[in-house]
Amino acid sequence: MSNTSGIVAVLVVAIGTMLIGAYGLRVSRTTSDFYVASRTVSPWWNASAIGGEYLSAASFVGIAGLIFAYGPDMLWFPVGYTAGYLVLLTLVAAPLRRSGAYTLPDFAEARFGSPVVRAVASGIAIAIGWLYLLPQFKGAGLTLHAVTGAPDWVGALIVAVVVTVNVMSGGMRSITFVQAFQYWLKLTAIAVPVVFLLLAWRAHGAEDLAGPEFPVFRTETAVSFESDTVVHVERAITFTGSGGLDGERHESGGVHLLDAGEHVISAGSRLTFPEGSPVPHLKSLPHSTNSSWALPMSNGERFPLYAVYSLILATFLGTMGLPHVIVRFYTNPNGRAARRTTLIVLALLGVFYLMPPIYGVLGRLYTPELLLTGDTDAVVLVLPSRMIPGVGGQLLGALVAGGAFAAFLSTSSGLMVSLAGVLSRDVLHLRGVRGFRISTVLAVLVPLGTTLLVAGIPVADMVGLAFAVAASSLCPLLLLGIWSTRITTVGAVAGMLAGGAPALAAGVITISARTADQWFHVFLARPAAWTVPLGFVVMYVVSLVTPKRVPAGVNRVMVRLHAPENLGLEALSAAEKTPEDPPVKESR
Amino acid sequence: MTQPQPPKQRVVVTSPRTGAPRPRRPYPATREIDEQSELGAVYMRSLIRTQRNLGLLVTGTVTGSLAALPVVFTLAPSVAQVTLFGIGLPWLLLGVVVFPLFVLAGWFYVRQAERSEREFAELVERS
Repeated sequence: MSNTSGIVAVLVVAIGTMLIGAYGLRVSRTTSDFYVASRTVSPWWNASAIGGEYLSAASFVGIAGLIFAYGPDMLWFPVGYTAGYLVLLTLVAAPLRRSGAYTLPDFAEARFGSPVVRAVASGIAIAIGWLYLLPQFKGAGLTLHAVTGAPDWVGALIVAVVVTVNVMSGGMRSITFVQAFQYWLKLTAIAVPVVFLLLAWRAHGAEDLAGPEFPVFRTETAVSFESDTVVHVERAITFTGSGGLDGERHESGGVHLLDAGEHVISAGSRLTFPEGSPVPHLKSLPHSTNSSWALPMSNGERFPLYAVYSLILATFLGTMGLPHVIVRFYTNPNGRAARRTTLIVLALLGVFYLMPPIYGVLGRLYTPELLLTGDTDAVVLVLPSRMIPGVGGQLLGALVAGGAFAAFLSTSSGLMVSLAGVLSRDVLHLRGVRGFRISTVLAVLVPLGTTLLVAGIPVADMVGLAFAVAASSLCPLLLLGIWSTRITTVGAVAGMLAGGAPALAAGVITISARTADQWFHVFLARPAAWTVPLGFVVMYVVSLVTPKRVPAGVNRVMVRLHAPENLGLEALSAAEKTPEDPPVKESR
Repeated sequence: MTQPQPPKQRVVVTSPRTGAPRPRRPYPATREIDEQSELGAVYMRSLIRTQRNLGLLVTGTVTGSLAALPVVFTLAPSVAQVTLFGIGLPWLLLGVVVFPLFVLAGWFYVRQAERSEREFAELVERS
């Protein structure tokens, strides 16, 4: 990839984001502008903004990388990310808007009128927000590293600074413009190269994408190793170059043999493999022929059905519990607009998610060396300049890099706005624009510090973890809270903790303890299949056992959640207030 | 002489009294709901039930049929090997076909949900 065009693209995205944010600054004046864009955002703007905010690092680079490495089972990620909005539309969107809630804690209080439920929901929302910010910063670091070779922390720092300045200066109003702009930028950045990549593939003779052979080096390829790497070799191949192999030093000059089996390549090695030889794979990645890779459930994983269903549960139900997703519904003028917005979002996401699998598939043919280095997330970034020679490929590569950077910026912005909202109201108890700005700084410092401290956290695992926690704690709160009058305050708290705490613990153990070789790994890495039912059952059963703790006035709240606004029911007027003036009196 | 007359029959002519003013209840049903009366609760319960069933129906149908796929691919691996237009069936279903399906299901839901809200509004405002 060309350094200069990639750097230019990243700079253009960062500066463009700032400029649009500055335009928003001139428009946003009052606190209400700051938080909810004065509720004047049309469904199309709002839907583009939701799409822009939602398509994160995981969507832009992660999905293609996962499909590239693991095959069609990973298609459940884009399917689940989209289906999450269908569930949101059919069961949550309109009542959530009508509740008048700006954040999830607001909903918890509006529905249950209990400061305890609110506090627990706040804690979980903040945890999810920070978990979700980590992979964004991490992904930004990886991208900038791939484009410019800069150390990982530079990208994380740039994203953090741009987003903080933007959120602090413009708040939600400018963020709505920024996000809407970034959806279309991201779609362009991922779709335009696809056209050229497919043309190039046809021009190269439309090779079989699911042939019976293992991925091979298309040309003589030099691969650098930045850390000690354990690889698996299927068939003996030769290599030249210098580096350490199984503790033995090889100098450049001679041709050496790499036997079938496992080998350790030491950090700093630079090995060159001849054209046509099968690519050694990183040990942790499945090593399969293209034809078996193209089939579902063929990774030789233990409990493949459990893994798939856990992923389905986490993504289908987790979307509604993500803090930055919820905030967007408040900017709709009413429940009906909230539904229409969500419907448009479904279409926008569907169009976007047609693209990443194409990168993943073509990567098997054109960038197989990423299976050796393990940088599978880079497949989207590397492919254009690899497949298309000359300036055209470089420009397309720059476009993709810009789009990826937009993905980190927009998701981080949305998360930051919602996190700052929760922090300023529920933790710091600071009101007004000043409180929002202080909270923004706090919202960014914690995950940024964690990113810089903790190295080697896999991006996809973190995102999946955030979804699993949301699906097992806040999803039961929303679904049962909206549709059942029997849920009690005790039940709500018990359910959120019973689902959320084990999901969080399982995730932390997976990340910190490296359990990948254990038989129970999948139950910790993908906890949703057992924590989601746990959260729902505990919330409902505890509620049935404590019938006296049903919040007073639950029927009135139900009227507010479900009755159309145009009827002018009295209970509704209470909902039409800004977060500065909370719908339910805070009992403090 | 005189023909036996057919027995006299009363014919009741009815028509909707569109012109006549409807007997009005002393206050509108919205107030029933606002004041948490038994009648208001019935109105609200029926609306909530309708909307919940609709939401569960749409979500259940779509996610249910999707959730069947992994089992099908596991139990009948030959299904996964089918190719259409040169693309494997799993790729085609999960990579392309699902997305328009989601939009279609969402569109159906929005239409139905808005209709039942309209009917609820008419019911409440008319009564």
